Amino acid sequence: MNDQLKNLTKGFLKENPVFVLLLGMCPTLGTSTSAINGLGMGLATAFVLMLSNLVISLVKDFIPDKVRIPAFIVIIASFVTIVDLLMQGYLPALHEQLGLFIPLIVVNCIVLGRAEAFASKNTPISSLIDGLGMGLGFAFALTILGSVREILGSGALFGFPLHIFPTDAKGSPITILVFVLAPGAFIVLGYLIALVRKINN
Amino acid sequence: MEYIVIIIAAIFVNNVILAQFLGVCPFLGVSGKVSTSVGMSGAVMFVITIATIVTWLIQNYVLIPFQIEFLQTITFILVIAALVQMVEIILKKVSPPLYQALGIFLPLITTNCAVLGVAILTIQKDFNLMEGVVFAMATSIGFGLAMVLFSGIREHLDRMEVPKGMQGIPSALIVGGILALAFMGFTGLA
Repeated sequence: MNDQLKNLTKGFLKENPVFVLLLGMCPTLGTSTSAINGLGMGLATAFVLMLSNLVISLVKDFIPDKVRIPAFIVIIASFVTIVDLLMQGYLPALHEQLGLFIPLIVVNCIVLGRAEAFASKNTPISSLIDGLGMGLGFAFALTILGSVREILGSGALFGFPLHIFPTDAKGSPITILVFVLAPGAFIVLGYLIALVRKINN
Repeated sequence: MEYIVIIIAAIFVNNVILAQFLGVCPFLGVSGKVSTSVGMSGAVMFVITIATIVTWLIQNYVLIPFQIEFLQTITFILVIAALVQMVEIILKKVSPPLYQALGIFLPLITTNCAVLGVAILTIQKDFNLMEGVVFAMATSIGFGLAMVLFSGIREHLDRMEVPKGMQGIPSALIVGGILALAFMGFTGLA
């Protein structure tokens, strides 16, 4: 029981996929323009990670060792397609925002990495929990990054205006726009990784 | 004229790494030295161009006629994985010196999101085959440009005194941010 709890919580700080293991950088930087986008992308990845971990650990005994990576990729790609179609149907606005990065969950190193490092060696239940923990850790990191960028770049959090910046003559806040743009992603993530290192030590 | 717009846009304005965030893993992972980043860029250019041609043909002659476009993600990633293996085997036989130079980077490329990203973008932007090839090559030149610039800076950064928590990736990311800021200056060119 203790082990399972550890599997679930290790993804948040100690083995956080983004801040500590430095995996899955592309979607992290690309989709964290706001807290909502970060959370959406994180949860989509968590869903894929959880289910692919479960299925891979269920079928691991039937897959010959030599073709295991292509087999894993097919399983992962199937779940990514499911997520893609579900989001297109039920969350079209978010799907539009995340765009290209939804199909790219397939090549997210975290998903294949956990399949290879954990699910192919452990029981279905602990693989499911490991996928959930890692996925939530990823979602946590993206939400934090998205929140910082949204607060600094748009003066809002989860879409609600915070009124922390002075306003111009027309009443709209004067924000540090660069944080919503590409350079802000690199800079904020750099400082966040340094901060997490400090906390973990 | 159209081709020039595609090329300028893909290299500078929408730089694959610094503006679109595709291929950030190799950007951070193997950019410690200028020589390795040149090798990686060469391998990426090779694979992206071939992968774009093959996936374009599959999309237009298999997926669309059979109305199974929803299988795009699965098909493309499998094709790319197989292609990378094939390129590796062929290179080994045909051109050992080229294999020596690019070989160690090839297995890493399957999980490089730039390859799948460019393949999907080519379909989304409705390019014809020729435009797709030009777009793929220009994108990989942009990838190479960002990689080489970044690794040049990182080689110097290694000799600097950086606060302990900022050593390695954090300071590299901030350098990447400044580089992205510089590339924003190209906005409006195309």
